[in-house]
Amino acid sequence: MVNQPPLLEVEKLKKYYPIKGGIIQRTISNVKAVHDVSLEVHEGETLGIVGESGCGKSTLGRTVLGLENLTEGSIRFRGDNIGGLSDRKLKKYKKDMQMIFQDPYASLNPRQRIGDALEEILIIHTKLSKKERRNRVQELLVEVGLKDEHFDRYPHEFSGGQRQRVGIARALAVNPSLIVCDEAVSALDVSVQAQIIKLLKELQSTHNLTYMFISHDLAVVRHMSDRVLVMYLGATAELGNSDQIYNNPLHPYTKALLSSIPRPIPGKKKERIQLVGDLPSASDYPSGCPFHTRCPIAKSHCAEVRPEWREVEEGHFVACHEV
Amino acid sequence: MSADIALNENKTKPPKKEKYYVQTIRRVLKNKLAVFGIIIIFIQVILAIFAPLLVNYGPYVQDLSQTKLGIGAEGHFLGTDNYGRDMWSRLVYGARISLIVGLAAVGIGLIGGIALGLISGYYKKLDGIIMRIVDLLFAFPGILLAMLIIAMLGTSLVNVVIAISIWSIPGCARIVRGSVLSVKKQEYILAMKSVGASDIRIIFKHILPNCTAPIIVFATMRMATAILSTAALSFLGLGAQPPTPEWGAMIAAGQDFMWDAPHMSIIPGIAIMLTVFAFNVVGDGLRDALDPNMNLDM
Repeated sequence: MVNQPPLLEVEKLKKYYPIKGGIIQRTISNVKAVHDVSLEVHEGETLGIVGESGCGKSTLGRTVLGLENLTEGSIRFRGDNIGGLSDRKLKKYKKDMQMIFQDPYASLNPRQRIGDALEEILIIHTKLSKKERRNRVQELLVEVGLKDEHFDRYPHEFSGGQRQRVGIARALAVNPSLIVCDEAVSALDVSVQAQIIKLLKELQSTHNLTYMFISHDLAVVRHMSDRVLVMYLGATAELGNSDQIYNNPLHPYTKALLSSIPRPIPGKKKERIQLVGDLPSASDYPSGCPFHTRCPIAKSHCAEVRPEWREVEEGHFVACHEV
Repeated sequence: MSADIALNENKTKPPKKEKYYVQTIRRVLKNKLAVFGIIIIFIQVILAIFAPLLVNYGPYVQDLSQTKLGIGAEGHFLGTDNYGRDMWSRLVYGARISLIVGLAAVGIGLIGGIALGLISGYYKKLDGIIMRIVDLLFAFPGILLAMLIIAMLGTSLVNVVIAISIWSIPGCARIVRGSVLSVKKQEYILAMKSVGASDIRIIFKHILPNCTAPIIVFATMRMATAILSTAALSFLGLGAQPPTPEWGAMIAAGQDFMWDAPHMSIIPGIAIMLTVFAFNVVGDGLRDALDPNMNLDM
């Protein structure tokens, strides 16, 4: 798998939101939502992206799909540079890259029947006749575990899990190869989560899908992902396959994150690494290593030099001076 | 009420089969005042449509032998004016004028206001310019702006329509812009962008249908203002000219006979009052019925 050219290649991606101030609305500072992220996603794999709220996971996903303009860096999809393309040029690629959203209640237009919502995507991207479109939509509904008679229903007639299935059908409608799941199961009950995860896995094998699975839920990410990227304050902290990250975490932030997972075995004590202080503001970005303000093992040079993104063992990258 | 609770309540409710608009109408009908308003508007519409069938005399027919007859006079149950014209007939034809002028003015105002509101709400770059122009229009008191426009164009009912519609545009643009801004942030708009939908498609298929509630309320309320303004302008001699049976013009004509024939002014006055009142209470009822926060307890 590693020898294949990657499906998606992100290089030194930066996404800053300007803070404007003064009378002439000058840019006085930037919120560094994504700060120098490089990653590769290979065909057919699931890349999990974890990190606490506000660490830039969702922004990364949205920027990759062209929903946000990047500030710097490049995004290549199947070798074509798609970063900073106009909407018109991007449309060709949008067919291949889809997104599943977090909130199944907010991500469907309340005034549109779900059949029409799915059909609309086919209208945008294909030249199918009305009848063919309807057949395709019914296929999709069945594929994601709904019934074809759900075609004429409005979103408010569905439960959260069913709506998320509609969201999945929408992402699937144009046969994409990459799907960004932005907290796709976080808003659901645990039992429904399991069903949706199962569905996502099934669809992955039947359609040869590649997922970027963004979540703050470490257990779900572990279950879903082949490789896991840990993000902290817009930057990459550690990347490796699931085993490497979960069994042999190197970065102190990853260790702290993993130690916060509640253990199901009572009485079994595990040392918990508690981080002190709050997440620094992305508008007042720390110098050197972004994590040095809270890092339990930080040395003086951590505040000055930004750690390199280096490979410590095969496929296991980490950004830390002390590893 | 927090969003969590709202979600839970939705879950426990059995799936609703009724269409959204059916529900809304049902809720409006629970409001007694709004029902009263609807009845008045309905009567007015009937009068306007069937005017020729409902009167015995034309609105312009003079009978100088029977001037200034009071209410309840034989053959003229609302009396006659100073030229002996039948007040009932003039009142009924006046309803026609008021409704047509109101609908036309509000319709044109809505088209302009919705277009501007959608553009300025959706395209951030144009927002500043459009909203400053709207501010400029807002700076004039409404009736003054209308008078200014009529002074430039000349006095006629058509110009009244133009004046009132121009004056309706800024209010409508503001309201539409506000709802566009809130709908635009919804995740389903982002979802449509992520599948590559064009701006036109997003605006007309996804944003506009979700902004209809405030637009409907605005239009209803605006009908009241438009009818009142038409009457006011005609009263001042800037709108409908005599002998047109326009309510405002009728009040003006009755001014000189306030003592010997007060019904000449009072009857159209009551008609204006009732109509404006009706549109306002219906607007209020619609606003309450369309308020999304009310969905939970109904």
